[in-house]
Amino acid sequence: MIVAGAERVLVQGITGRQGTYWSERMQAYGTRIVAGVNPKKANTRHCGVPVYASAGEAMRETGFDLAVQFIPPLGVKAASQDAIEAGCRRLVILTEHVPVHDVMEVLAMARANGAAVLGPNTAGLVTPGACFVGFMPAFESGIFRPGRVGVISRSGSLGTLICLNLVQAGFGQSAFIGVGGDPIVGTTTRDALAQLNADARTDAVVIVGEIGGAMEEDAADYARTMSKPVVAFIAGSAAPAGKKMGHAGAIVMGDKGTHASKRAALEAAGALVLDTPSGVGPALRAALG
Amino acid sequence: MNFEEHAAKPLLHAAGISVPGGRLARSAGEAEAAAAQLGVPVVVKAQVAAGKRGKAGGIRRADDPPSAHDAAQAILGMEIAGHRVASVLVEERAEIAAEYYAAVLSDAASKGPLVMFSPDGGMDVEEIAATVPERLRRTQVDILQGFGVGAARAMLAGLGLGDAEEPVAETLAALYRAWRENDAELLEVNPLARLADGRLVALDCKFTLDDSGIPRRQELAATGSPEPLTALEERARSLGLSYIELDGEIGVLANGAGLTMTTMDVIAHHGGRPANFLEIGGAAYTKARPALELVLDNPRVRCLLVNFCGAFARTDVMVAGMLDAWAALGPAIPVFFSVHGTGSAEARAMLRARLDVDPYETMDEAIAAAVAAARHAGGAP
Repeated sequence: MIVAGAERVLVQGITGRQGTYWSERMQAYGTRIVAGVNPKKANTRHCGVPVYASAGEAMRETGFDLAVQFIPPLGVKAASQDAIEAGCRRLVILTEHVPVHDVMEVLAMARANGAAVLGPNTAGLVTPGACFVGFMPAFESGIFRPGRVGVISRSGSLGTLICLNLVQAGFGQSAFIGVGGDPIVGTTTRDALAQLNADARTDAVVIVGEIGGAMEEDAADYARTMSKPVVAFIAGSAAPAGKKMGHAGAIVMGDKGTHASKRAALEAAGALVLDTPSGVGPALRAALG
Repeated sequence: MNFEEHAAKPLLHAAGISVPGGRLARSAGEAEAAAAQLGVPVVVKAQVAAGKRGKAGGIRRADDPPSAHDAAQAILGMEIAGHRVASVLVEERAEIAAEYYAAVLSDAASKGPLVMFSPDGGMDVEEIAATVPERLRRTQVDILQGFGVGAARAMLAGLGLGDAEEPVAETLAALYRAWRENDAELLEVNPLARLADGRLVALDCKFTLDDSGIPRRQELAATGSPEPLTALEERARSLGLSYIELDGEIGVLANGAGLTMTTMDVIAHHGGRPANFLEIGGAAYTKARPALELVLDNPRVRCLLVNFCGAFARTDVMVAGMLDAWAALGPAIPVFFSVHGTGSAEARAMLRARLDVDPYETMDEAIAAAVAAARHAGGAP
């Protein structure tokens, strides 16, 4: 999912503390927020936009292209259903700790209605110089600057560090796509990689991954087909052996999920895998010539 | 969260899947009494939330109450996969005609539920997949449609189950229901036994509850088995912090799981050893003060590394909390900062005003300095 800046954005949960803080920052940066949702504060205004009882009402009154949620974990399913049934085409779910069953239901509803989902448990999207959706520090000029490197990250904090290293090395970003840290997410690392590969504003891609799951291995499978250079950092090489997966989960994943497996898959696909985040600048300089 | 067998089986029973009669015993005497009450030959099974109990000697047969006593005595106190056995399940022993494998789990690849079945149960699913992969059936489920007896029959076609096919199909549909109604990540029955008289009975059950589902499954979660924690980890949990005690010397305070893992990786890359994993990302970023108190209460800590890269977590809020704890505790150890992202200008000004320090320009410099300091303090190898 890449945002261009022209999208009309609906903020579900706009009146809460975090919803307010980040809506104000999004607006200051140029994000086109057109409405908010809070059933208890319908027919009021907040952050300079109208607040509606539901996404359905917001769609009828102002219309919107993308919905972003500042909603507590157990409210995400209902809020997502509201947005999807309203005809939302792009949904960004920032919330961490959404029950996995709810996530699967939301993704199935989205699939059935042709809506794309980013997250859950993502820090969102940034297109430096144009807009951002979520809670990335897009407004920090030492971290985000318009440029030609696409960044995909499972982690907000680590994605921020990589973007900082990019800017310190003289690069800027075409887009930051936070895919989220949950085991099941709507937009995978592979999906985001394909979107950046098709994006004419992007010359190279940095994948910021971590141990667990198989998203990096899956993305490596796609990276093989790309001519744009791919650089990756995978967090967790020194993490203690822990967090055991269930038996049956382990079999479905095969032996994927370890740092070594991700590194091997990405290197076999021609990607450069970094030892530390600060290596990202030199690696891109070498790759882009 | 994982569950011991005796705590998982009631979910099956509630869904209409038969389980053997059994009683939980915490001593050899209780095990003997349980066997006497059941009045039949029994199996005495170690209750730990871990696999391979049989191979570890944690499952024994007993034909009468005195041998149940002896079996329990041998098993209680054993250590299996890092868990000490504190109780045994004394269960009626079944006459087994066949052993099947059945499971439902959350599948990341298909982003939905996955039902698995094999007529070759009794061994690990890895072993089934390795030895008879063509007899391990997997069906992806549309969670909005559910998984009923019809879908289960289709899944079983061609496996040659004969008369058992219909009851197995009903069991799979019930297993899916139980998985769905309990926010399960994994619900596995292995073996699902066909008895000599044709009945199906779940002889074992493994259940993992989705941790994000716990807030709406409090009653269920109270019967689960949380990971064994150290005293500091216990304190962290009660504060809502994710803290893991490690055996190094460099105390780490960072935000976000990805950044914290990376901090540990880079410490290791520079030849140092972290004393803990502790992240105060997400909603926990306001808890910097109690978090730092935790880090400093670990007696192995020789220096502190603070690595903040703010996105949602505001570095000004985290640094303020951290400085409060630092001032209150007055630790006599060196501290190294890397602070970037949301709120960092305010955070840097605070560090200058209250500690008279400037953060390092890069994380690598801060980590290299912390590793050198830990080595100087005689901590690192």
